[in-house]
Amino acid sequence: MYRYILKRILMMIPVLIAVSFVVYFLMDLAPGDIISSMAPQDATEAEIEMMREELGLNGPLIQRYFRYLGNLLKGDMGMSLSLKRPVAEVFFERFPATLQLALAATVVAVVIAIPLGIAAATHHRSFLDGFSMVTAMLGVSMPGFWLALLLIMWFSLGLKWFPSGGSGDFKHLVLPSLALGAGQAGTLTRITRSSMLDVIRQDYLRTARAKGVSEKQVIRKHALKNALIPIITVFGSTFGNLLGGAVAIETVFSWPGIGRLTVSAVNTRDITLATGCIIMFTVILTVTMLLVDIAYAFVDPRIKAQYTK
Amino acid sequence: MNEPVKNDAPVLNIENLNVKFVTEDGVVRAVNGLDLQVGKGKALGLVGETGAGKTTTALSILRLVPDPPGVVDCEKLELNGKDIMGMSTHELEQIRGKEVSMIFQDPMTALNPVFTVGDQIAESIHLHENVSMVEAQKKAVEMLELVGIPGDRAGEYPHQFSGGMKQRVVISIALACHPQLLIADEPTTALDVTIQAQVLDLMKELRTKYDTSLIMITHDLGIVAEICDEVAVMYAGNVVEKGTLEDVFNHTLHPYTEGLFNSLPNINDRKAMLKPIPGLMPDPTDLPEGCPFYPRCQYADEACKKPQQKKYVSDTHYIRCCAYDREGFHIERKEKT
Repeated sequence: MYRYILKRILMMIPVLIAVSFVVYFLMDLAPGDIISSMAPQDATEAEIEMMREELGLNGPLIQRYFRYLGNLLKGDMGMSLSLKRPVAEVFFERFPATLQLALAATVVAVVIAIPLGIAAATHHRSFLDGFSMVTAMLGVSMPGFWLALLLIMWFSLGLKWFPSGGSGDFKHLVLPSLALGAGQAGTLTRITRSSMLDVIRQDYLRTARAKGVSEKQVIRKHALKNALIPIITVFGSTFGNLLGGAVAIETVFSWPGIGRLTVSAVNTRDITLATGCIIMFTVILTVTMLLVDIAYAFVDPRIKAQYTK
Repeated sequence: MNEPVKNDAPVLNIENLNVKFVTEDGVVRAVNGLDLQVGKGKALGLVGETGAGKTTTALSILRLVPDPPGVVDCEKLELNGKDIMGMSTHELEQIRGKEVSMIFQDPMTALNPVFTVGDQIAESIHLHENVSMVEAQKKAVEMLELVGIPGDRAGEYPHQFSGGMKQRVVISIALACHPQLLIADEPTTALDVTIQAQVLDLMKELRTKYDTSLIMITHDLGIVAEICDEVAVMYAGNVVEKGTLEDVFNHTLHPYTEGLFNSLPNINDRKAMLKPIPGLMPDPTDLPEGCPFYPRCQYADEACKKPQQKKYVSDTHYIRCCAYDREGFHIERKEKT
């Protein structure tokens, strides 16, 4: 098991190098650079050239990239060109807000999706099933920002229950996490339902019933644990994505998260900050995927057996 | 001699059981007016080809026929004198695994892959015997050893066991609370022959030990001969012939039972051709009104197209076949004397 985890962590290194390469080059290919947004209107050619030199933007691309990569492998993501502060510092300043929102949205999604999906599966083809599938479809297909605007209209402008933006206490968290969790809830409901439907037909549930296990326990204990693998997979990938920030929702609610930071870094051609953010996002996503794979082992002993081989 | 014998207090008493499945393609009539009694400590073989309604009958006893689409209707379904049809879900949960339990056909899929075998046995004990989970775990280990699996394997998962061992685990789950009635639904069909013999021996041994009544569902007449005291032959959802092992095997009366025996290979005459029963079982959505076997029966005549009544030929032996109303009728299979 530990060897497996170590192997997975080592496998992250080539992935990160590849990602940094792609992002760094794409940023360089994009028209314009940070100077155009930093330099004063009346700056002379010589002044601009000096600024370039100062920021290390001169020299061949390959050379610059390898210098960046060298620092990166030492754990140094460099200085943000626009903010003049270390990228890591900027990133981790914003990350707690993103983490908070992602966790809250996931809680919303799980609390809605798991019971709804199970109910839909156990009452297959009933009204409840249809209802939950329509709800899930709505959740999946509604654009997040649109739901966010609706929520602001109803609950903050209309009922004045929650603030329309900003961050801080619990009240600020409610609307963004609802808006962000809805889509995730839709996907999770659908996967919970289909996974439970598969399991519900299995012989071992009949064995459990024949033992005298109550229907509630048959579903909650015997069926759910078997249905968890696909649910965890989807859960992991959506949660990982949320950790990368949600640009639209963050913008609508002026939430100080990673999503907005990354987009503004790209817009200002802050090459180190953008690459740094995307690399961090890659790290987070691969770690989440690793955690998902480890979670499999706790759910299904057959998968655990494969890891130890 | 047309009167049924009253067994004193049978463990299981089924009268006029009907099970149908309502599907989009029509109503599948799986069991039609079945009567069955199993005496205390007795073993009944329930024989018949695939689709005869054997498993459905067994699931009806546990009230585990999936509903929908299944609809169970029964005049009398009594276990130890207790009416099962009238029981609440909670009462049913209390007798399942405690008074009646079931061994399923395929041990590969009958065990939950994500729980240890020890936990799966202990769950039954914990539910029914009012003991702590720790206590139940201890008893589970004892049960494992009873079926010939080392107790220290209780913490392992089903995928770590072979097919035969899995079936032993299933048996130990079924017998964990010493039920009065054990229903074994083709317990050896999925196993290879050497393992079959081991599992059958084990079941025989445990059955005598706990004085458990048994319903053995099978299409293997050899297993019936080895284990059972009585035999009921099912065809298209009803019993067509029932009697003691001796009655049915040596004094076969029903043409369908005759057909089953003729379909067996003869070990003493390897060149002999098998005599299969021609045709197929009738479509359960469209059963003939009279004897369901008459379209395939070589002795059939007009009278067979009317509903068949039970006909007792001895205290223990009855058939549903009107051919014996004819003077001097007999089937071709020779009675062994």
